[in-house]
Amino acid sequence: MSTSTQPTAAMDVPPEHEEWILPSKGKVGMACLILTESTFFAIFVVAHLFYLGKSLTGPFADVLNTPIIASICLLSSSLTVVMATRALARGKLIPFELWMLATIALGGVFLGATGIEWWGLIYHEGLTIYSNLLGTTFYSLVGFHALHVTIGLSMLAFVLILCLLGHVREEHAERVEILSWYWHFVDAVWIVVFTVVYVIR
Amino acid sequence: MTVMDGPIGTASETAPVSRWVTVHDWATTTDHKKLGVMYIGAALFFFGFGGLEASLMRIQLAFPDLQFLAPETFNRMMTMHGTTMVFLVGMPMLFGSANYLIPLQIGCRDLAFPRLNSMGFWLFFLGGCLLYFSFLGGDGLYGAGTAPDVGWFAYAPLTGKAFSRGNSTDYWILGIMVSGLGSTMTALNLVTTILCSRCRGMTFSKLPVFTWIMLVDFVLVLVALTPLTAAQFMLLFDRFLGSHFFDTQAGGSAVLWQHFFWIFGHPEVYILILPAFAWASEIIPVFSRKVIFGYSMMVYATLSIGFISLGVWAHHMFTVGLSPSANTFFAASTMLIAVPTGLKIFNWLATMWGGKIRFELPMLFSTAFLCQFVIAGLTGIMLSVVPFDWQLSDSYFVVAHFHYVLIGGLLFMFFAAVYYWYPKVTGRMLSRKIGHLHFWIFLVGFNLTFGPMHGSGILGMPRRIYTYDAGRGWDIFNLMASIGVAVQAIGILFFVWNLYWSARNGEEAGDDPWDAWTLEWTTTSPPPAYNFEELPVVHSRRPLWDRKHPEDPDWKYE
Repeated sequence: MSTSTQPTAAMDVPPEHEEWILPSKGKVGMACLILTESTFFAIFVVAHLFYLGKSLTGPFADVLNTPIIASICLLSSSLTVVMATRALARGKLIPFELWMLATIALGGVFLGATGIEWWGLIYHEGLTIYSNLLGTTFYSLVGFHALHVTIGLSMLAFVLILCLLGHVREEHAERVEILSWYWHFVDAVWIVVFTVVYVIR
Repeated sequence: MTVMDGPIGTASETAPVSRWVTVHDWATTTDHKKLGVMYIGAALFFFGFGGLEASLMRIQLAFPDLQFLAPETFNRMMTMHGTTMVFLVGMPMLFGSANYLIPLQIGCRDLAFPRLNSMGFWLFFLGGCLLYFSFLGGDGLYGAGTAPDVGWFAYAPLTGKAFSRGNSTDYWILGIMVSGLGSTMTALNLVTTILCSRCRGMTFSKLPVFTWIMLVDFVLVLVALTPLTAAQFMLLFDRFLGSHFFDTQAGGSAVLWQHFFWIFGHPEVYILILPAFAWASEIIPVFSRKVIFGYSMMVYATLSIGFISLGVWAHHMFTVGLSPSANTFFAASTMLIAVPTGLKIFNWLATMWGGKIRFELPMLFSTAFLCQFVIAGLTGIMLSVVPFDWQLSDSYFVVAHFHYVLIGGLLFMFFAAVYYWYPKVTGRMLSRKIGHLHFWIFLVGFNLTFGPMHGSGILGMPRRIYTYDAGRGWDIFNLMASIGVAVQAIGILFFVWNLYWSARNGEEAGDDPWDAWTLEWTTTSPPPAYNFEELPVVHSRRPLWDRKHPEDPDWKYE
C-alpha cells in the first residue's frame, strides 16, 4: 500500500484484510492426534526391528502366516470410507449408509482374521507374549494396531447407528471426513506393521 | 458483533454465592482462564512436595555420615523429587501460562476444545495424585516398597519385577502415563487453538513471540511425550504380562530403555525451557521499551531448537559405551543446538542494549535468568564434550548444570512471569517490597545451593549417594548447598506470602500496568469470561502500541 504524502497525522488507516480464512479445528486437531499416535507406533516398530532375530528360544518368525486377505480387506476399507464421505457430502444418505456398512464389514473381517491368526499362534505354535522376544514385540505391535482398528470400528459403527436413527445429515460431512482420516491413519499404520512384521523377518 | 450483555454481565452482581457453588464452579469450569489458574495452583501445590523432598535430601547430605534418612528413603525422595519437579511442576507451569495467555494474546474467547481442556487438566491432576498415593498404596501384595525408588528415569533392569517388588514402580508408570495423557490432550488443544482461532489480521508473522515459542513447544510435547507412554506400556507388559522388552535374561536390552527414555527425556528438557524463553521474549522488550531484536531470527531459532532437540538424546548415554561414531554424532548435535540458543541470548541482550530499562521485578528476575542461563549453557557445552562427560557424568557437576537450567532458567523466568501477569489475573499488583525480599533472598539461596555443586562434582562426588565419608574435600560444598536450600525456602515463603497478601491488599493494577503491547493488556484485569467485548483486529506485532500511538503505528514499518 502506498502511503500518502500529506501530513495526515492520526488519520492513517492500516490496510484492510480482504479475507480471513482459518483452518478447520477438527482437521487440525485430528492431524495433531495422528502425529502423536505416529510417534507411539514408531517406538513399537523400532523395538520390533531392534529385536528381529534376537529371540533366544523358539518359536521363531517362520510360524507367522502372512495375512494377505485380511490386509486386502483393511486397505480396501479406506476406499469404501472415501466413497461414504463423498456420498454424505452430496447428501445421499442411503449410499452413505451402505458404504459405511461395507467399511465396517471389511474392518470386521480384518479383526476376525487377526483373532483366528492369534488363536493359531497361541494354541498351535505356542507363541505367546511371554515365550520370547518375537512374541513380546509381535503381540504388542500387532495388538496395539488391532486396538486402534477396534476404536476406529466403534466410532464408524456409532456414526452408522446415528445415521440410521436419522441424526446424520449433509452438514456433518466434514466431521465424518475427519473420522475417516483416523481410519486412513489406522490403514497406513498397517502398511508399516505388515512390512516390518511379515515382509522383513 | 455487538457488545455482550445480559447473563454474563450480571453474574457477579448477584448476592454472595455459597462456598460450594464456587467450588462446583471451579471444578466443572471449561474457561481457559480458570483452568490456567488451576494449573498454576497445582504446580505450586506439587512444588511444595518436591521442595520438601529436596530439603530432606539436603539435610541428609549436610554433613558426612549423617543418619537422618535411611538409604531406601533417600532413594524414594530422590525419585519423587525428580518426577514431581519435571512432570507435576514444570509441565503445569507451562500449560497454565499458555492456557491463560494464548487465547488472550491471539484475540479469541477460549481454546479450540474447551471441554477437552478441562479433561486434560483433571487427568494431569489425577496422575499427580496417583503418583503420590504410592506413599500409602505402593506396598502392594508383596508388602515391599512405598513410593517409587528407581530414579526419575527408571532405568532397566532396576524396574523389572525381580528388583522392584510391590507396586511402587507401577504407580510411577501409571501416574506419569495418566498425567502425560492429559498433557498430550492439552498440547493438541493449544496447537489447534493457535492455528485456528487467531483474530483477524494475526498472521504467522504477527504472532506474539510468546505464542510462537509455545506453538513449537506443544508440537514437541506431541512428538516427545507419546514415546515415553509407549515405553511405559512396554514396562507394564514386562511387569504384568511377563513380556521381555527390557528383560536382559531373555535377550532384552536395558540400553533400549535408555534410548526410549531419553528420546522423550531430552526434548522434555527443551519443552521445559522453551516457556522460559517465551516469557523472557515478552518481558524483556516491555521493560527495555524496545521492540524485540530479531523477531524472525527468534522464531527460526525456536524452530531449529525444536528440530535439533529431537536428535541429541544420547548425550545422556555417553558412558554406556555407544559406538564412537554415535558418540561423535550426538556430541556434534549437542554443540549445534547451542547455536540457536546462543542466538536467543544475543537477541535479548540486543533488545536491552540502548533501551530505557526499568528494573521492575519481572525485569530483575529476567536479568538473573540471562546470567544464570548462560552459566547453565556453558556447563552444558562442557558436558557435550565426550571425554569431559566421561569424567563428570553422574557427578554433582551434572546436578549443578541442570539445576541452573531448570531453576536458574525456568523457575526464575516463572517468577518473572508471575510478577508480570499477576496484575492481569487478579487485578492487583504484587507487593514490590516483599517481591524484592523474595528476589534477593532466592537469588542468594539458589546460587549458594547449586554453585558449590560444580565444585563437589569436579572433586568426584557422585549423584544419588545418600551419604559420604568425611575428608574427601566435599564437606564444605555440601554444607553450603544445604544452607542454600534453607535460604531458598525463606525466599519461597516470601513469594507465597506475596501471592496471598497482594490478592487482598495489592494496589489496583488497571488494565495495562506495564505499558505493554500485546492483546492481553487491552482487556480488563481480570478479564471477563468472554475475554473481549469485540474480537480485536490487528495490523502489527504490537497491536496495543498501534492503538496508543496512532501517529506512529508499527504496521507502517513491518
